[in-house]
Amino acid sequence: MSIEQVELTRLKSPFFPRLEAIDRLYNWHNWKGYRSADAYTNPELEYFAIRNSTGVFDISPMTKYRITGPESRIYIDRLVTRDMINKVGPGRVAYAVWCNDQGQVIDDGTIFHLSEGEYRLCSQERHLPWLMASAIGFDVNIVEETSEIAALAVQGPTSYSVIRNLGLDGVENLKLFGLMKFEFQGSELMVSRTGFTGDLGYELWVKSEKALDLWDALFEAGKLHGIKAIGTHALELARIEAGYLAPYEEFLPADETIRTGRSRSPLELGLGWLVDFKKANFNGRRALAEEKRTGSTWRLVKLDIEGNKPAHHSYIYADKRGKKNIGFVTSAAWSPVCKQNIALGTVNCPHGLPGDTVYVEVYYQREMHWSRMMAAATIVDKPFWNPPRRNATPPGLF
Amino acid sequence: MSERYDAIVVGAGHNGMVCGSLLAKAGKKVLILEAASQVGGAAVTREFADGYSVSACAHLLYQLQPQVLKELGLKVDLAASDLATIALSTDGNHLRIHGDTAEGISEEDAENLLAFHARMTRYASLLNTFLNKKPARLGTKKLSDLMTLAHLGLSVRRLGRDDMREFLRLIGINIFDELQEKFDNELLKGALSVDAVMGTHLGPRSPNTILTYLYRLAGNHGKISQPAGGMGSVSELLAHSARDNGATLRTSMPVLRIVVENGRVAGVETENGEIFSSHLVVSNADPKSTIFDLVGARHVETGFVRRIKNIRMRGNAAKLHLALDGLPAFQGLDKKALGERLIIAPNINYVERAFNPAKYGETSPDPVIELTIPSVHDNELAPAGKHVLSAIVQYAPYHLKGGWTDEARDAFKDAAIAKISEYAPDLKERIIASEMLTPVDIEKEFRITGGHWHHGELALDQFLFVRPVSGAAQYAMPLEGLYLCGAGTHPGGGVSGAAGRNAARTILKREHSA
Repeated sequence: MSIEQVELTRLKSPFFPRLEAIDRLYNWHNWKGYRSADAYTNPELEYFAIRNSTGVFDISPMTKYRITGPESRIYIDRLVTRDMINKVGPGRVAYAVWCNDQGQVIDDGTIFHLSEGEYRLCSQERHLPWLMASAIGFDVNIVEETSEIAALAVQGPTSYSVIRNLGLDGVENLKLFGLMKFEFQGSELMVSRTGFTGDLGYELWVKSEKALDLWDALFEAGKLHGIKAIGTHALELARIEAGYLAPYEEFLPADETIRTGRSRSPLELGLGWLVDFKKANFNGRRALAEEKRTGSTWRLVKLDIEGNKPAHHSYIYADKRGKKNIGFVTSAAWSPVCKQNIALGTVNCPHGLPGDTVYVEVYYQREMHWSRMMAAATIVDKPFWNPPRRNATPPGLF
Repeated sequence: MSERYDAIVVGAGHNGMVCGSLLAKAGKKVLILEAASQVGGAAVTREFADGYSVSACAHLLYQLQPQVLKELGLKVDLAASDLATIALSTDGNHLRIHGDTAEGISEEDAENLLAFHARMTRYASLLNTFLNKKPARLGTKKLSDLMTLAHLGLSVRRLGRDDMREFLRLIGINIFDELQEKFDNELLKGALSVDAVMGTHLGPRSPNTILTYLYRLAGNHGKISQPAGGMGSVSELLAHSARDNGATLRTSMPVLRIVVENGRVAGVETENGEIFSSHLVVSNADPKSTIFDLVGARHVETGFVRRIKNIRMRGNAAKLHLALDGLPAFQGLDKKALGERLIIAPNINYVERAFNPAKYGETSPDPVIELTIPSVHDNELAPAGKHVLSAIVQYAPYHLKGGWTDEARDAFKDAAIAKISEYAPDLKERIIASEMLTPVDIEKEFRITGGHWHHGELALDQFLFVRPVSGAAQYAMPLEGLYLCGAGTHPGGGVSGAAGRNAARTILKREHSA
């Protein structure tokens, strides 16, 4: 095949015909080989759909593995740092991180316990070599199913009303991090109460052949509830408000780092709650136990910054004069819903305890000219955005 | 209630017994379990035909470390020592090599051999200092590690400018280039190159065959000897030592698994269902068998498992044993000469060509052979007037295309016998019984993955700080209480006892500091 014969060097999501039809910007980027939109119409409007009505984000390009077999449960338990044997039964979803032997995070993701011994692992990056190496000595089967499964994140205050309109009996009882299966036009629809926005929301999963039917039914069900397709820009803002981590921003996958000290452990990412030292063995256990004993190098922090200039790429200092550099900002934004200038960053321990004041060096440009200011910032403990509706079961109707 | 020990050694190979004996000597309650009915692992003497015995795997003693013997207060009874090497020629003009001299080479070659040997010996002595030390851990701030590294750096530096450069130039390259550059005599080059490739999956043109040559030389300056009663007697000696020091040694006790509880070693379970408890298990088995068969990959971490899985250990040497009703008549060799180490490698390209088919899973049609007739020096091994011949025959790849069937084994045995017969035409008539051990047989009989007698290819990426794998090169495995002490660890294979001794010292030091 010559290069001219290759139609497109990006894969198309199963929803692509619908995405293409609504797209007014033609701003596409590459998400693990798939075309994914920065935005379809206007990123601000799309963001407000997430917070005020319902935003729909195509997560089909997300890397998905199906893990089955008699030993899948103990396999996953050894793979990730958290307790997957006692805490995550069938019908539950777990946010998890997995580490290399040095206790450094390879990636984070969600693991869906679809039915007894049957799992789906979703992550940003591809991990087949690591998953296969981890399978040595276990009776498990691992298959990548990224292209076979189409999925939509349906997120926002009216999302429950929207999917109720799909006629899913019992979905009102679905709890946060739970999953349920429904019949959908002769096929299976899996609904999980998960998402990347920190808001009330669901993710819908079908076989790729059913993707367009699902899209049409969903948008029909949501037409009176402000349903709107959203792109990555809107989602990015929402996830910073929720305080979620993004690979390549808050951490680098450990297997992609070359220099020592450029990877992060879960303890350094504020994910100590995901590390269960009661487990006899898991990847990274020895190193993490040692780190817990001797102390971590880095700490991930949430910053509430004065002013309204987003602190993109800023250094973080302990003092206002900027003499003592203690870290840097990894993600920053003005949060419209919180009316706060927020950021995530990484600082050297022992700095960055909740309540501490630090200073960020903010650069901003007005009519070509650059200005610099030292803005005070408070380290906060809780997510910037975590409304009660995220957890409410059953969620409120609109 | 199972019986409790301070340490359990899995496998009574020579390293296992050295380790067990030293631990027992230090006052530990030690149990050594051996699967076979006799001790020794790959250093055994065994009868292969009625009345005919032979060292069944390793057959010459190169590397047994004086430190090991000294610490255990042992002395090996030798039937012959300081053997010469005779490179055989079909026309009877054989080449006798002894250390830095060889008879019948040109003056220029003789001079070069002297210089080559002197230089290699200097480098080998440097290496030798590190054989008997725990390799340093890289990227640490621990004083003992930094000292070892500093010592290594200093030792290399102390060679002097020119010698150091030459060392650094040679250490990664192949022996073919170096020998071609230095010598003209084909027999000489052939025989020297054999020392670099014995027991490896390497040809003379393969990278780092200077390193393997140096390793061979590093043991005891390349001096070769033959223990009385075969290699098994060395093992018996070590077994006595272990027992005298208070260790319990039990044979015919194959270990089924190393018991892991709550993320640490708790003991071993034997195939007959007995459980022995200990917080310290030292495995003399190769790294792959230890981790995959005995411990179970699930009890360790993925990165470590992956590195262990990727250890290259494909055996490529077969062992030929012949029972002979008399000494075969090698053209141009007298009886005394037949007691030396004989090499069939008429030139260096012959060795490389013998290796070529092995890359594609085929045996060498014209194999490289190292042969000895140990019964010349030792009449215990065969009935009066009769003899045994023991030969290492290369190359016989572990992953043979079509597998090691009986036919394949017989075909390779015939090829080896035919090759020797080119030099000793009456050999075939003298054969009473014969046996060929392929790498698959060696794997089965001696429980070595891949039938690789070094427990892992000796190469720069599996050497010193990274043997058996990076992050676990200091005998302690990344599982609380588990240690390795076999040839798979630093410094490597050969009946040297260095790995066993280093492991014991590491364990005692850690116990002491704990």
